[in-house]
Amino acid sequence: MSTFLGMPATRTGRGPSPDAAPGTLGGVGRPEDPLHWGASFPDAAKAALENDQLRRNLGNATATIRSKRARVVGEVPDWEALRDAGSAIKGDVLARLPELLEELERNVTARGGVVHWARDAAEANRIVADLVRAKETDEVVKVKSMATQEIGLNEALAEEGIAAVETDLAELIVQLADDMPSHILVPAIHRNRTEIRDIFLERMGDAPPDLTDVPRELAMAARAHLRRKFLSAKVAISGANFAVADTGTLAVVESEGNGRMCLTLPETLITVMGIEKLVPTYRDLEVFLQLLPRSSTGERMNPYTSMWTGVTPGDGPQEFHLVLLDNGRTKVLADEAGRSALHCIRCSACLNVCPVYERVGGHAYGSVYPGPIGAILTPQLTGEKSDLPYASTLCGACYEVCPVKIDIPSILVELRAREVELGGASPDAADRVWKAAMKAASFAMADGARFRRAARVPRALRAISRHGVIKRLPFPGSLWTRSRDLPEPPKQTFHDWWAEREDER
Amino acid sequence: MSDARTEMLSRIRTALGTSTPEATSVPREYRAAGEHAAGSAEVLEVLVDRLVDYKAHVHQVAAADLPGLLAELLGPGSVVVPPGIDAAWLAGLAEVEVRTDSREAPLSAVELDGIDAVVTAARVAVAETGTIVLDGEPDQGRRAISLVPDVHVCVVRTDQVVQTVPEAVRLLDADPGRPLTWISGPSATSDIELDRVEGVHGPRTLHVALVS
Ligand code: SF4
Repeated sequence: MSTFLGMPATRTGRGPSPDAAPGTLGGVGRPEDPLHWGASFPDAAKAALENDQLRRNLGNATATIRSKRARVVGEVPDWEALRDAGSAIKGDVLARLPELLEELERNVTARGGVVHWARDAAEANRIVADLVRAKETDEVVKVKSMATQEIGLNEALAEEGIAAVETDLAELIVQLADDMPSHILVPAIHRNRTEIRDIFLERMGDAPPDLTDVPRELAMAARAHLRRKFLSAKVAISGANFAVADTGTLAVVESEGNGRMCLTLPETLITVMGIEKLVPTYRDLEVFLQLLPRSSTGERMNPYTSMWTGVTPGDGPQEFHLVLLDNGRTKVLADEAGRSALHCIRCSACLNVCPVYERVGGHAYGSVYPGPIGAILTPQLTGEKSDLPYASTLCGACYEVCPVKIDIPSILVELRAREVELGGASPDAADRVWKAAMKAASFAMADGARFRRAARVPRALRAISRHGVIKRLPFPGSLWTRSRDLPEPPKQTFHDWWAEREDER
Repeated sequence: MSDARTEMLSRIRTALGTSTPEATSVPREYRAAGEHAAGSAEVLEVLVDRLVDYKAHVHQVAAADLPGLLAELLGPGSVVVPPGIDAAWLAGLAEVEVRTDSREAPLSAVELDGIDAVVTAARVAVAETGTIVLDGEPDQGRRAISLVPDVHVCVVRTDQVVQTVPEAVRLLDADPGRPLTWISGPSATSDIELDRVEGVHGPRTLHVALVS
């Protein structure tokens, strides 16, 4: 690929092909590489900022979910203690990953499940496709799963003549519109009700012709559309939110009941799971089943959580396969400074509070993992040069809400330093990305209270000062080092710093 | 296949290398239990509040009145029950066609789709989150029966209601292999503009009969 120091202006050859251009429905098409597609961040951000409809959709949705989350988190008296426990449990998982994976494998196998290991996307897709073909079916039902998005499973199955039907409402919307998800929890967050109605009418096939854009009616159309598929599906594919090493229990957290349908009715269940999704003990579920729902949908508990251990004779799928996926995770693990990105439980709280995400949306990040977590996880998983670590203001709001306390701003700083070592983003190019992020964020940051409280820059600066010898960081780190003495972390909030920087110009 | 396994495990060991983070003990300063006893008035009040908030229908009845309540809720129509259900509960169902489903003699998904409602017991309920947990034992049945019919009537004894999630997990931990369904209100989606719509693929109506 021809890149200019890791800063390709257009990622030619990696994005959707022009004939995949989806026309009136506005989908972006399905890219070849789910972790690296679309225009560069500054270009995509610029386009997003010019799209009034998109900004309205995103602004409304993120504001709604932020306030819901704040309310239900506020009513938990021991929230910080739960975060501490969640973070420590995940740290423990990474420290003991080999033995815990072997323990999980033993327990799943003992209960009649089959465990497969996949080094990369191609291997995982191959395993799943072979399992499906052995069942002599050409259609499978799917529960929303980031892991299968990441490996492009649906596209791989399609090449083998197997249709993978997404059954989560938002995933269905994205799939029908030939689009990409723009949020890890609400993949169609960039769509409003009218757009969704139009997509259903044009692509669903059996949508009632008088369908209106009332959310309830849209949900009922999806119910009717998928009902027959659920009742007749032979094979289902899911991800997993948690896997318990000491019992072999898998857990899927969901809302609509499509997950239950997939996990219960078909004869065969195939679950694809990143190796970091483990928890050591059954008891640990008590922590994550409190942290996850409140952080993600802002509910005290999501409507449905399913847990199963291998095969239960006479109840649910009688054949169960678990595919353990690496696909870059061991690379992340090797990075001492960045490995805590593997703590992520995919709640999406960091997306919803991010002043950059709120304005540019998920597609601008060109990865199935957008937003703050995407900005650290995507480059770590691929190990490629990336401009995403610059696509942040380092305001720190993401860290404040993260239920497992991933210090995203510090990792971003570490990754910027690494980019410099890699000969990645040139100062000019990095500057463009940083400016694009700042420009996007300035709107949200201007509405003060949120960030005056949450945004404490020093956290990231501590990471900068960890590099000790660095007196003056390469741009844009220089913006920080120039204006203050390191390693003394300033008391200033981002908001103040930003205002000051604007004044200096 | 075993190649992939060996290689992944060795990649992980290499990645951890000498910098293996210390296997630290996990601080568990969070609440292991609530301040109120299982089944206490305080706990029940919270449960009811949370269930109603999530658009479940709550009915608080004495045990003697349960058959009457079920008859009223189920009306004329069909209902599926698990094999171990308390027969006394169903005594009032004169006009209802009752089908029994079990692991040994399961109804097909299509058959279940033709049945109006399901009645099950529960394993435990969590007040603070408005959650009911089913664990697939004979009084609760296969997971499919509480999923496919459109109305779920779940009978919960008041002494089964605990205040917090950790209390419930401790109880469930005694039989970790059982297939669990945690239910908090009827199925719902927030996928359209984050507006919550109750009732998607799972039962669109959830009745909780709280029996003292
Ligand atoms: S990084 Fe933290 S806040 Fe963001 S999705 Fe992951 S767990 Fe949630």
